[in-house]
Amino acid sequence: MYAEIGHFALILALFVAVVQGVVPLAAGPMGNRRWMNIAGPASIAQFILIAAAFAALTHAFVTSDFSVLNVAKNSHTDKPLLYKVSGVWGNHEGSMLLWVLILATFGCAVQVFGRNLPSGLKNRTLAVQSLITVGFLMFILFTSNPFERLLDVPANGQSLNPLLQDPGLAFHPPFLYLGYVGFSIAYSFAIAALIEGRVDASWARWVRPWTLAAWIFLTVGIALGSWWAYYELGWGGWWFWDPVENASFMPWLAGTALLHSAIVVEKRDALKSWTIFLAIIAFGLSLLGTFLVRSGVLTSVHAFATDPERGVFILILLIIAIGGSFALYAVRGPSLVGGGLFKPVSREGALLFNNWILTTATGVVLLGTLYPLFIDVIDAGKVSVGAPFYNRVFIPIMTPLVILMALGPLMSWKRGDAKGILSRMYLVYGATLAAVILTFILKGEEGWGGYFGMGLATWLAVGTLWDVAERIKLGKTSFGQSLKRLARQPRATWGMTIAHLGLAITIAGMTGAGNWKVEKIQVMNFGDQIEVAGFTYTFEGVRDIRGPNYDALEGTFTVHKDGKLVTTLLAEKREYDTGGMPTTEAAIYPMFLGDLYAVVGDKSGDGYVTRLYWNPLIAWLWGGCGLLTLGGLVSLSDRRHRVGAPKRSALANKAIAEGAKA
Amino acid sequence: MKKKTRRLYIALVGLCALGAIAALVLAALEDDIVFFFSPTEVIEQGKVDLDRRIRIGGLVEAGSVEKAADGVTNIFVVTDMANTIPVHYKGLLPDLFREGQGVVAEGYFRNDVLVADEVLAKHDENYMPPEVADALKKSGKWEEGQPITEALKQGHVPDELKDK
Repeated sequence: MYAEIGHFALILALFVAVVQGVVPLAAGPMGNRRWMNIAGPASIAQFILIAAAFAALTHAFVTSDFSVLNVAKNSHTDKPLLYKVSGVWGNHEGSMLLWVLILATFGCAVQVFGRNLPSGLKNRTLAVQSLITVGFLMFILFTSNPFERLLDVPANGQSLNPLLQDPGLAFHPPFLYLGYVGFSIAYSFAIAALIEGRVDASWARWVRPWTLAAWIFLTVGIALGSWWAYYELGWGGWWFWDPVENASFMPWLAGTALLHSAIVVEKRDALKSWTIFLAIIAFGLSLLGTFLVRSGVLTSVHAFATDPERGVFILILLIIAIGGSFALYAVRGPSLVGGGLFKPVSREGALLFNNWILTTATGVVLLGTLYPLFIDVIDAGKVSVGAPFYNRVFIPIMTPLVILMALGPLMSWKRGDAKGILSRMYLVYGATLAAVILTFILKGEEGWGGYFGMGLATWLAVGTLWDVAERIKLGKTSFGQSLKRLARQPRATWGMTIAHLGLAITIAGMTGAGNWKVEKIQVMNFGDQIEVAGFTYTFEGVRDIRGPNYDALEGTFTVHKDGKLVTTLLAEKREYDTGGMPTTEAAIYPMFLGDLYAVVGDKSGDGYVTRLYWNPLIAWLWGGCGLLTLGGLVSLSDRRHRVGAPKRSALANKAIAEGAKA
Repeated sequence: MKKKTRRLYIALVGLCALGAIAALVLAALEDDIVFFFSPTEVIEQGKVDLDRRIRIGGLVEAGSVEKAADGVTNIFVVTDMANTIPVHYKGLLPDLFREGQGVVAEGYFRNDVLVADEVLAKHDENYMPPEVADALKKSGKWEEGQPITEALKQGHVPDELKDK
């Protein structure tokens, strides 16, 4: 019953979406404001219908209604409630439903929070957003219906893939999708602006918070996925340059560029058509990512059951969305002339440099991701492009960006004083040098990567702090004055500072985890001791334990350092009742300077194969990602982002009216 | 400096940077990509370069999995039903590793053995890595849709779900 209501709601939503997508755009040139205004209420109706469909599917999962095929395939009565709910999006059909739900949520949010928006821009944005929904609703209804019934109802379901039964992964897809799909709003704003032929500071002010919100979600989503891979896959890695990871990383890079270029449009009325281009690219890459993940054209450790026919459908959507918007961009883009002129050495120049590097990096990741496909198509063999390629290319490309990040925020708009800044930042040089020397003393000759990475991280961290000191004139005026200045810094500046510090800490974490990891694999009998990076692991024994829906072998390790007990680690190997594969649950003890990490494997003779790791500075990686997110949130809370376009003067309204007539 | 000269300099610097990046990418594509071979391609066509990392893929031959004397190195045979290659891998095999199932191993080819440092199996037990499927198809031993995974062989999956 509920499944049918859900299915019906979805079909209704498609009709609403078609109306919302077509009518305002068709009414625009006719100048019919009342027809255009249909977009607002339609976006709310569309959201309610899709939310109802989503609720119906969730109901089927929570009540274990196995007459629904999707539930029978992906759920089981003995699963904990959390995983019954996360099972909704732990499969292809449900995850696509989540996709459109988020798409509709963002559209609805624009209607609800966008009261200050010029009505023409708002209606056109909602219409474009709705056209995307039409595509994906058709995709769901025609190729991936989550409400399909089974005539022959099984007694129980096949359960969710045990690897996915994990709190980190339960929330990874929603965040990732909120990020991916969030860029759709920037895209819709961009297309609407192209249709209107007008991009100005207030447009940028409107797009920035949405882009920022999407970027925050995507950052959290990527970090959660990486964290999950770290503790669940059991080999201590946290990033594999896997096609599916790249699929989420490319929109992140493009989105980061968009975030920065929108600042230039807002403050300086320059880089307009470039920003529009980036908005199209960021969402295009999100679509491409969805295509790559859903079609299975690329092998990936992350890909779960895929279907080429569905891939073709998404590919067509991708071609329409990207091809159509580029065609529009080609026609209208040249008319978007920027007003603000600037010298190469200036804040704008620095932000432009940031954009060049980020787009180059995006291009390189795209090339590496698609290269195997290309080689396969020309029948030159099968290849995989992995970490060695990216490490070699990505690090040299990103390094100049990180170096510039310490200078950029201090440059003035229009014309900056690089010499002056460089001559005053001796503190930053000193700290960087000290970090390199300290790394050399502590780590000895363990390769250049370590000195380089720690130097770079310190440069950025100290550089960012020094920027703050310069801003508040620390030492140049009384301390009280400096504090007052500090309190007066806008939230957006705070957000930038926190996010840049977060990146510095992330770089330090990557450097540590990438360069100084210690791994020991051996057979251990009970009572055996192994030393890993100064910590002595003792294998105390194993026992069988029972979880909610699995049996597990639990291995116990005690870890001592200098004769003192540090912690007891309990690593598990689980067999789920529903059969299928066993899963490895690594035991992790996080510390400030690194994680103790133990995995217990198969029985070998009298003992067990064990993997013991020292993963240095890995907590910095997650902490840095946390700061990036926090920086985004603080910036989002800036009043200037909340208050709508301030100059909604008669002039602007007149322009809209003219645009509507034109 | 005149405006024109400066523009010229900027354009030159930009071109140099682009050139450097292009060179970097091409060099990395030349050296750092890993070719995938089926056992047949390795054995009959001698396509292997000993200095390069390679990937091989196929099925884990039934009954071939054993532990070396050190207790840590896994030895198994990868087959495409026409030819076989022994693989040595030190470490814990992935959770999904099973006899009779698809696998991809990456490493260097030494003395007719692939010394692997990475063994990949997939998240989903009913999923065949495309390269493996391709290798099997080429050797003519398997066709799309033919049940191959343990789960399907044992009738673990209800009939009405099989074709989904």
